Amino acid sequence: MSNLLLLRHREIPNLNRLDIYVKNGGFKAFQKAVTGMQSQQVIDEVKTSGLRGRGGAGFPTGMKWSFLPNNLWPHYVVANADESEPGTFKDRELLEQNPFQFLEGLAIASFAVQAHTAYVYLRGEFWQQAAFLDACIADMQKAGYLGDKLFGSDYSLRIYTHLGAGAYVCGEETALLESIEGKMGQPRLRPPFPAIEGLYGKPTVINNVETLANLPYIIENGAVKFMQYGTAKSPGVKIFSLSGCVNKPGNYELPLGATFRELIFGLGGGIPAGRKIKAILPAGASSSIIFADEKALDTPMDYESVPALGAQLGSASVIVVDDSIRMDWLVNKTVHFFRHESCGKCTPCREGTYWMSHLTEKIVHAHRKEDVQLLNTVARQMQNKCLCALGEFSIMAVMTAIEKFPEDFTASKGR
Amino acid sequence: MNQTATKYAREIEDLFAKYPADRKQSAVMPLLHLIQRDFGFINKQAVRDVAEIVGITPTEVASVVGFYTLYHDTPQGKYRFQICNDLPCALRGADQFLAELCKSLGIQPGETTPDGMITVEAVMCLAACDKAPMFQVQGPQGITYHENQTVEGALQLTKELAGKEVKA
Repeated sequence: MSNLLLLRHREIPNLNRLDIYVKNGGFKAFQKAVTGMQSQQVIDEVKTSGLRGRGGAGFPTGMKWSFLPNNLWPHYVVANADESEPGTFKDRELLEQNPFQFLEGLAIASFAVQAHTAYVYLRGEFWQQAAFLDACIADMQKAGYLGDKLFGSDYSLRIYTHLGAGAYVCGEETALLESIEGKMGQPRLRPPFPAIEGLYGKPTVINNVETLANLPYIIENGAVKFMQYGTAKSPGVKIFSLSGCVNKPGNYELPLGATFRELIFGLGGGIPAGRKIKAILPAGASSSIIFADEKALDTPMDYESVPALGAQLGSASVIVVDDSIRMDWLVNKTVHFFRHESCGKCTPCREGTYWMSHLTEKIVHAHRKEDVQLLNTVARQMQNKCLCALGEFSIMAVMTAIEKFPEDFTASKGR
Repeated sequence: MNQTATKYAREIEDLFAKYPADRKQSAVMPLLHLIQRDFGFINKQAVRDVAEIVGITPTEVASVVGFYTLYHDTPQGKYRFQICNDLPCALRGADQFLAELCKSLGIQPGETTPDGMITVEAVMCLAACDKAPMFQVQGPQGITYHENQTVEGALQLTKELAGKEVKA
């Protein structure tokens, strides 16, 4: 038995082997869904559970599924394993250590929307993980958990992996679909949304790896049991990826609503000796920067409380910044990332990230006030004008760093 | 049948089985991965071959090669040491790691050792932020991760891969 819901492999050795996974209750939930439930009942149960997307947007999963029309077929389910946000490394651990729980979740989601083909889209760097997942899928097929007429029912399902090739923007769901179709990973204009016109123009659900890994528990134990974890509006547990200036970086599973203090100073072992915590990026490089004051540290990490601090929970990739770090250097890093990853389709993002990176590079060296003002202006010009979230993400750290730590951009002391 | 189609006949058959019959274009990226792994880069002839195999134009294939960072259209070192120095890794010393590794090899980031074996380059986040300094090696074995690295350890790996002594 394990006290953890998602990171169970930390308590159950070799859980990434099919026989061990099955011995620990594996595929009971999928079998229960296929043999004992209508697909609509599965959707309703997940709706009731309040499970929200763990990839960053936090959209209610059951509701997302319910948007698929029943007069357009076939339906597809795509698992988003493109994990590329600086500061996020949770899905990789699940893929390597607890792959069957994720795959069972993918199978349950597929049954819920009556898809007979599902794809796992992995970032190209997850080359080894994809090969391992292919072996897991083959094991499932052999054991009768994938294929035709599963558990004696009429339901059939096949799962395939598809590797990206190094493009952060493919985490955006329509860019991801383009990439599976063999094209450049550039986001589509929406509407139509993927629920209506997704992969190959067919109704498609795209769910994050961690989101899917929650499903076996919900179906086996029921929504009510799932809701005992977390808060009323943000039920369940979450994997927090902790990185940066902290003694014990890593993935930590906590109920939603745990505080930043519990994560950073409890599990994370606090800040390296002699330094003080300065700021937190709660959602990776895409994040607004928040002051790490007492109030922030005592804030519950859930989908409602973090926005009250002016940021987002996102994929819960908590980057800790201590007082040895200057914000001009930090935003130069994040802007450089977004400039590199901008897909080039829409002008505000393509040009905006280009000019921001010129300016942040200049500011790091010269600290001229005019450059800081211009940087702020460029960021604000981009706001709400980009085709997808990537462009909007690129300005969050810039604007909040200038607002909250102006002295870091003008004085030329320290790092 | 072109050379690429002959060489990867079995793989192409498997790939086409993954996607709907009228969606062969989906096989473009997996095919390019095979060519990238086996040849270290994707030349113009390979682009034309792939286009013919999946039934799209060479320009469309070239756009895919150009868009994604793991495909290369020019030859470089046999092994590409791709070091993440994005924010979380940089907070754990990735910039210094990159600089010191390059200095030890006598090259600048983005350059290749004179024997043509090792290229060192900075890349974007590799989803290993808690285990920096880290890098991946892209080469004939595909892609492998190397985490919690020291410069000494990385140098040792370059020697093993290059099969020769590297001046420190």
